[in-house]
Amino acid sequence: MPIEVNGKSLETDEEGYLANLNDWVPECATVMAALEDQELTESHWEVINFLREYYDEYQIAPAVRVLTKAIGKKLGKDKGNSKYLYELFPYGPGKQACKYAGLPKPTGCV
Amino acid sequence: MAMLHTVNKSPFERNTFDSCISMAKSGSSVLLIEDGVIASLKGTSVSDKVSKAMESVTFYVLGPDLNARGMTDDQIIDGIKVVDYEGFVDLTAEHENVQAWL
Amino acid sequence: MSEPWEDDVEGPVKKFMFINRKSPYGTVYALESLEVVLITAAFDQDVSLVFSDDGVFQIKKGQKTDGIGMKNFSPTYRALEGYDVEKLYVDKESLDERGLTQEDLLVDVEILSRAELADLMDEQDVVLSF
Repeated sequence: MPIEVNGKSLETDEEGYLANLNDWVPECATVMAALEDQELTESHWEVINFLREYYDEYQIAPAVRVLTKAIGKKLGKDKGNSKYLYELFPYGPGKQACKYAGLPKPTGCV
Repeated sequence: MAMLHTVNKSPFERNTFDSCISMAKSGSSVLLIEDGVIASLKGTSVSDKVSKAMESVTFYVLGPDLNARGMTDDQIIDGIKVVDYEGFVDLTAEHENVQAWL
Repeated sequence: MSEPWEDDVEGPVKKFMFINRKSPYGTVYALESLEVVLITAAFDQDVSLVFSDDGVFQIKKGQKTDGIGMKNFSPTYRALEGYDVEKLYVDKESLDERGLTQEDLLVDVEILSRAELADLMDEQDVVLSF
């Protein structure tokens, strides 16, 4: 089902992931979050931006365990743990945050 | 009339390249594409074979396929000409016939 | 019921070896192998990668795929460290035949002889060939 972002209709797959990585603008995250009744705080954006950078460098969406470890390294131990990330993204930090960041579903995600 | 041969397999993996040069007549052309571009690399264990074939056959290599595999124009055997997709089309048009070795 | 953020109970760990023998882009083997490696690593298995024959081109520096309209997946090999996949081996003979050295590769690897690779292969529980 396509989503409406800045007056443009963007293609997504059946799970709501952007069909075209290059379509992503920050408003995509806001729109996707609203569809799941979620409000995005600074803390959410920190993770979303981190994922964008990770993808830019490695061309993949990281598995949750890898994301958690990498966040810990970059943003500190209090944020690099599953509990913190699950509280921000209750549908799973891998799946949900990657979706908001416009990335594909993480490889190895079950 | 001159024939254009294309080779799309690595000389390390298949004997496609050997079959091609064993049948490419003097004055014909060979264009290396896809994994075939590996034959154009300088300083490999097959580059002497390629250089020898170049005595009677003109060699071309498809630049985009070369770059995709992390190779640049200065890493290939001297005398092999790099072409882009337009050059590929031109070669096809210039030659009487095309034999695609697979 | 455990909370979603609690780690699953540890399962058995097996030694997996992936043998990569094909150049990237010409066939889909290299990309498929990389995907399976990432999945295997996500399941906390003991993963080794071997690059031999034309497989050494998978980790060649400077890949630029704009011209062929395919995704350049070579940066992903540098993400393997974050997945705790740190056993990367390259067959020396394959490098030599292609006029390549460690300098040409985009990740740190251990360069081994075929005899040493054969010993490593012997130690594995599972060997997957691509």
